[in-house]
Amino acid sequence: MHLKYESTIREALVDGNKSYHQVTEDICRPIEGKPTKLWAIGFWLSVSLLLFGIFCVSWEVYWGTGVWGLNRTIGWGYDITNFVWWIGIGHAGTLISAILLLFRQGWRTGVNRAAEAMTIFAVMCAGQFPIWHMGRVWNAFFVLPYGNTRGPLWPNFVSPLLWDVFAISTYFTVSLLFWYSGLVPDFATLRDRAKTKFRKMAYGFASFGWAGSAKHWQRHEMLSLVLAGLSTPLVLSVHTIVSYDFATSIIPGWHTTIFPPYFVAGAVFSGFAMVQTLLVITRKVLNLQEYITIGHIEAMNKVIVLTGSIVGVAYLTELFIAFYSGVLWEQEAFRLRVLGPYWWAYWAMMTCNVVSPQLFWFKNLRRNIWFTFFMSIVVNIGMWFERFVIMMTLHRDYLPSSWSYYVPTWPEVGFFLGTFGLFFTMYFLFAKYAPVIAIAEIKFILKTSGQNFKDKMNTIEEKADEHFLEEQLSHH
Amino acid sequence: MSIKKFAVAAYDDEAVLFPAVKKVRSAGYKIHDVFTPFAVHGLDEALGEKESDLHIAGFIYGITGTSTALGFMGWIFTTDWPQNFGGKPHFPLPAFIPITFELTVLFAAVGMVLTFCYLNQIMPGVKKHIFHPRQTDDKFVMVIEVNDTNAAETEAFLKSTGADETNIQIAESDWWYGRFDKKEDYEIQQQLA
Repeated sequence: MHLKYESTIREALVDGNKSYHQVTEDICRPIEGKPTKLWAIGFWLSVSLLLFGIFCVSWEVYWGTGVWGLNRTIGWGYDITNFVWWIGIGHAGTLISAILLLFRQGWRTGVNRAAEAMTIFAVMCAGQFPIWHMGRVWNAFFVLPYGNTRGPLWPNFVSPLLWDVFAISTYFTVSLLFWYSGLVPDFATLRDRAKTKFRKMAYGFASFGWAGSAKHWQRHEMLSLVLAGLSTPLVLSVHTIVSYDFATSIIPGWHTTIFPPYFVAGAVFSGFAMVQTLLVITRKVLNLQEYITIGHIEAMNKVIVLTGSIVGVAYLTELFIAFYSGVLWEQEAFRLRVLGPYWWAYWAMMTCNVVSPQLFWFKNLRRNIWFTFFMSIVVNIGMWFERFVIMMTLHRDYLPSSWSYYVPTWPEVGFFLGTFGLFFTMYFLFAKYAPVIAIAEIKFILKTSGQNFKDKMNTIEEKADEHFLEEQLSHH
Repeated sequence: MSIKKFAVAAYDDEAVLFPAVKKVRSAGYKIHDVFTPFAVHGLDEALGEKESDLHIAGFIYGITGTSTALGFMGWIFTTDWPQNFGGKPHFPLPAFIPITFELTVLFAAVGMVLTFCYLNQIMPGVKKHIFHPRQTDDKFVMVIEVNDTNAAETEAFLKSTGADETNIQIAESDWWYGRFDKKEDYEIQQQLA
């Protein structure tokens, strides 16, 4: 049943006068056309970056982790920084698809598919770092609790590093299931529109034979709702557990209870920035401005300014607690962060994460595409520096003779670049062969949030109350 | 697996579909199925379908995960290979919570998706008859099983409920293993006839 009045302030989520068929046409068009030159260039650039990454990792596996710039004092450098950074980026997708679903935020519908895809690819990138950091990577399966003849020797279930194994593999699996269960009906749409034999077969396979029966849709709705309910605590738990890797250790500067909420806020912050980076380009290239509107971009910028401020408060709280604790080591760790050899990283983090996002309090900046794109890059750089700053807490320990300074070597940098290759290769494939916007979900909100619905509201609002009520009741 | 005869009606909008479903049901027809391009809320109710119990299955899978995690870790740490980690107890419940939680979510999600696929009979390689090529695009398709005597009459009735396309199709009512780029035997015969 519709409401009689429609907000004049709330923007339409789908611009233009769209019919159901037009929605299908708009979203399927880029998939059904030939790949553009721009796409091919981007895709092959990503693939070559990925291949370079594979080369750098092979180099590391062959020679051992000694080829990285790590040493006895600084045992975690680029690899764990990048791991935490990527996994943080992977938080926006599930937040958009799950938490915003439970909060009934209609605008999530335009962006959730692409954001979830981004999540899955980011988690794939993140997973590489702890695996290859193991050095003897052929023994990586030792982290799994399987029956063995070594004692039997089990993994240590009370270690946060093992919690990470469970958290990240669960997060990846559940995100993938959630994402794919939404894709199944859309693949069915592509299948029924397919002209070529190969597409009919491939999308027929990918759509699992979905036909759109009413009962199946009812179960689909139930599945989405429960998966959203499960993913909501899950997304919060993952970065919490990542923060335990640091917080449960007894390193000054790491051993703090503020870490879980501060990590989660930072993860959402960087994740939304990456969504902006991708979608600002995607909507333009695939001509989807009517589905990912300026309103969507503004909504995400609001999340960025909120989480950026939470992160800023966390930085200041850390400094205050270090001072207030009266613990010499803690105070020294934070003094070194701000003024020590890595001062440049700290101030880069402060500028990019805390100061510059505050500009999003201005409405015309929130709604400016170019500024949004620029800020999304700035935030991602800032969040990378945050993780680097945390990692570099290690550079001075209790023993002055082991103080050190860490500089990454080329295989480390190459490995990081390689994960960009992996991420963008996957994203290019996704944007070309799958609907970047959830077709069925857009149709579902079209009649309650689309522009054509809003235009129709004038005549409905003029109706007498009794007349309107009668009409609505006879409808169902 | 059985090939049956169906009267098929395609509607343009869910606002036309709802009154049509009501009319068809009150006229005593049994609706085989309604296919829609997206989840139309209230349609399940209008068709007299009961609520899905999928969430109950999800709960059962979830507690299976919880007890698997707690039982397995507890057995390892207390019975199979008790170890001393910094003087901590052998059954440190707070430290078991993260893995227990993750396994609960994992079991619930995987179990529910598999149950969902099983109940809907969907899987890669499964094929179903698509009554209207635009039922996954913008058409709302109602299907009623008919026999030779009432086919024409049913089709006419469906037409009168506001459908913009109606026809009679002979189709497989169930799923089968097949490919969407190939026509099945019965589909070819139907085309010839």
